[in-house]
Amino acid sequence: MASNAISNQLPFTKEFKESLFLIPEGENIQTCLQCASCSGVCPFGFAMDYPPGRMIAWMRAGILEEMLQSDSVWMCVSCFACTEICPKEIPITQALMTRAKEEVLLAGNVPAELQSALEFSQQYGNPLGESSRKRAAWTEELDFEVSIVRKDKRPYEFLWFVGDYASYHPRVKKVTQTVARLFHMLGIDFGIMGPDENSDGDSQRLAGERGLFEMLAEKNAKILGRCEFNEIVTTDPHAYNAFKNEYPRLGFEYPVRHYTEVLLDHLDELTPKLKDIGPIRVAYHDPCYLGRVNKIYEAPRQLLQAIPGIELVEMAHNRSTSLCCGGGGGGMWLDGFRWEKAESRLSEWRIREAVTVGADVLAVACPYEPPRFEDATKTVPGAENIQVKDIAELIFAAIEN
Amino acid sequence: MTEIVVIARLVPDLVEELEIAPSGKALDRSWLRLIINEFDNHAIEQAIIIKERSGAKVTVISPDAEGVEDMLYSSAAKGADRLIKLTGLDEEKKPTNKSLAQSLAGLIKEINPDLILTGVQANDDLTGDLGPQVADLLDMPYVGYISGVSLEGSTAKALKEYPGGLLAEMEISLPAALGIQASEEPPRYVAISKVRQMMSTANIEEISAGELDTEGEFTIERMYLPEAAEKAEMLEGSEEEIAAQLTSVLEDLGLL
Amino acid sequence: MTQDIYVVIEHIQGKVSDISYIMTAAAKDLAQHEGGEVVGILLGSNVSHLKDNLALDRVILGEHPDLKDFSSDAWKRTLLAVFAEYSPRAVFFGNTTIGSDLSSSIAAHQDCPIINHCIKISDQGLVTSQICGGKIMTDSQLSEKTTLISMIPGGYKPEEGQGGPPRDVVEFPVPDLSDLKVKVAQYIEPDTSDVDISQEKVLVAVGRGIQTEDNIELAQELADLLGGTLCASRPVIDQGWLPTSRLVGKSGKSVKPDLYLSLGISGATEHLEGITGSKTIVAVNSDPDAPIFDVAKYGIEVDLFDLIDPLLEKIEAAKGG
Repeated sequence: MASNAISNQLPFTKEFKESLFLIPEGENIQTCLQCASCSGVCPFGFAMDYPPGRMIAWMRAGILEEMLQSDSVWMCVSCFACTEICPKEIPITQALMTRAKEEVLLAGNVPAELQSALEFSQQYGNPLGESSRKRAAWTEELDFEVSIVRKDKRPYEFLWFVGDYASYHPRVKKVTQTVARLFHMLGIDFGIMGPDENSDGDSQRLAGERGLFEMLAEKNAKILGRCEFNEIVTTDPHAYNAFKNEYPRLGFEYPVRHYTEVLLDHLDELTPKLKDIGPIRVAYHDPCYLGRVNKIYEAPRQLLQAIPGIELVEMAHNRSTSLCCGGGGGGMWLDGFRWEKAESRLSEWRIREAVTVGADVLAVACPYEPPRFEDATKTVPGAENIQVKDIAELIFAAIEN
Repeated sequence: MTEIVVIARLVPDLVEELEIAPSGKALDRSWLRLIINEFDNHAIEQAIIIKERSGAKVTVISPDAEGVEDMLYSSAAKGADRLIKLTGLDEEKKPTNKSLAQSLAGLIKEINPDLILTGVQANDDLTGDLGPQVADLLDMPYVGYISGVSLEGSTAKALKEYPGGLLAEMEISLPAALGIQASEEPPRYVAISKVRQMMSTANIEEISAGELDTEGEFTIERMYLPEAAEKAEMLEGSEEEIAAQLTSVLEDLGLL
Repeated sequence: MTQDIYVVIEHIQGKVSDISYIMTAAAKDLAQHEGGEVVGILLGSNVSHLKDNLALDRVILGEHPDLKDFSSDAWKRTLLAVFAEYSPRAVFFGNTTIGSDLSSSIAAHQDCPIINHCIKISDQGLVTSQICGGKIMTDSQLSEKTTLISMIPGGYKPEEGQGGPPRDVVEFPVPDLSDLKVKVAQYIEPDTSDVDISQEKVLVAVGRGIQTEDNIELAQELADLLGGTLCASRPVIDQGWLPTSRLVGKSGKSVKPDLYLSLGISGATEHLEGITGSKTIVAVNSDPDAPIFDVAKYGIEVDLFDLIDPLLEKIEAAKGG
């Protein structure tokens, strides 16, 4: 039925459409009902000239060429809300939106802030433009040694893939150090790649730079291939997603777990150490790439519930309907662009939900989130006293208390 | 067809720490991380802009260094037609710009370009700027601090930047060499997939630089890191505390 | 070869540039070690009065209608004739829009060495240069041959080169300037509808660290609160986030405010040379090694976005009270 409409397609539209079929489940796109659920659930749908549903309609009409001139695809935060809700199981995020970004990027239509993050990723292996030699500098403030796997050659239980923001961002670095302290305290055997670690590349991929993603993945795989370890652990859901779902497509397969899962394994050891830090109301924000994309909803909640004095509350959007912080799909590098387009921030929306449920603390589990949400608490009325804490920070506070 | 030659070089990346070689008279090049000279990147962009506007064949020439192939392939992905790597350079020692200019001039003479574009300066050029030296050896006029070029017949019309925002529209007889301060549009992004495609299709010609002088005509007595003695008084504390301290500084200055 | 130190005097729109005084100061230092005199070369048309305030021993004056505007071709031809006649020990050029078009080109032509980025003549009479964005210093000796020196500001105050008038003025016969390959077609004046940042008392300056156009508003808010004006370093102007009239540094304006509050500017040499006239520089940057901290009176090593909000609050409170 859908194919009948595509008769006089222009060359780009035709090629673009066919390229979608190469992606797993991509052919489902032909079964689109035009129910517009995708555009409706999209947190930035209101600010897009071409929300996903309309893109499909225009593709059918053979007039998608104009999309190349529009920059509205840069509003997509790759949060998977559309994919999750689609009744026809169309891989909207993986296929349609990501491919569209690739084409717009190839056409040279790249916002300047994104361009600089991509160039930094190429040059330094991280989007922040920080020296790769300083990637392990966060370990210097710890009172124990963290092994760098290539220097200290031996088999490790865990290869900890630290990630970009977790390594360099001053706020997120504190979370990373806290996780290291917890691992150390629990006797978890781990090593890091240090200066050899490159960005996992997943957000760059979702921002339309597949080639860059592949380059970064190859660099990481080259080092990982020379190390001995049982599993990868990471605090970064984007890195988790890369290792779980994307690296295997390139032939690089490693078992990977999120740090919340690893800590949960040690819950019996942790529980006696945890003291009452309450009473506090804690709302947990499901990171898109931990929850909706990879279905890890319970491990973070179980950890939080193990902390005495915490009352866990749920915000309006939770678990599979969680609301993106705005950092995904290259969003970390498009804040200015998106503000101009939409004049609203997803992080503020989320913080308003935290205010509504009367949360004292917004608990997070992704390195993109502490700085984004902390910023938002400064602008949302009533959020002045909301603290943004990574789950690891709450656990550590309960141990220290 | 208009022939444009761009000279593009890699320079020390100032994001990284720099180290002095044990001799105390040069940079420790084994420790150096290199990056494209930002002004050369603008020169490449300006060449491509001219090509797109009025047609040209663009040749990019770069002295060999770690990472130079990536830079050349990425120029090709932007639209450069011919890529040349100048080989046979000493990895430990930087050649003087005079000897590099002599080598480049010999090579460029054969290409016989209408226009040479290069960055107006490079951060490690102790032995003068490269562009004007190449221009002189080829008997071409040189104008630097250019932020826009168009070609009209045998003349280049170029905007030269003066302090205070004053611009001079220059008329320069071709062939000529221009030192680029900024391209008309910021350098474009080229997807890695396009660069990778160039890696398999584009050809980098390797041409020997010949014997280059690394000693120079003046003696460097000492190379060193600047003294950090006169550093600013750092305001410390939480952001709140710093804001309070700064506010009282502003008050003391009579600004509030 | 004489032992005299020459200075190629730069002037724009009838005014001697600061770099000319700075070069004169450096030439005086070098002449002490080499034992010669300090000689200025003044090229232009109807410019002889420009020599009067420079601390030079002698001046070589070359006047010609075609030297009125700066044409690198005309100036180079004239300077080559001057050097053929006088054989200087060393010649200072500005590392500027004018001097940089000449110095390296003449060095190649004369087959003599050039030392770039000189900031100071050391106590030993060595040429101290600052390269790699100010992260590396070198001390070099003059060559046996005439040595050209390209000068950046920062090591001398313009006042140190003031003095005069020079004892001697020699009118130099300007060589043939026909068929010039470089000509000025016209000047395009900066948009004067905007404020003149070189006259402002309070400047808030933003650099690469401001990250996005959106954040410019934050800095504007701070500037408004301080009764000041917003200006920027090169990357911000290149992005088109502020007009070129707000550019501070080498190809922009030199400023001399009472307060220069820089946000997210690392302090490349090209920028720093435009702010040395500021009374008080306060620098906010997250990189403790940023060169801006070398020239600032007060430094703040934080992420500027963490600072702006509390700062706005405190200033508002202070003004209110």
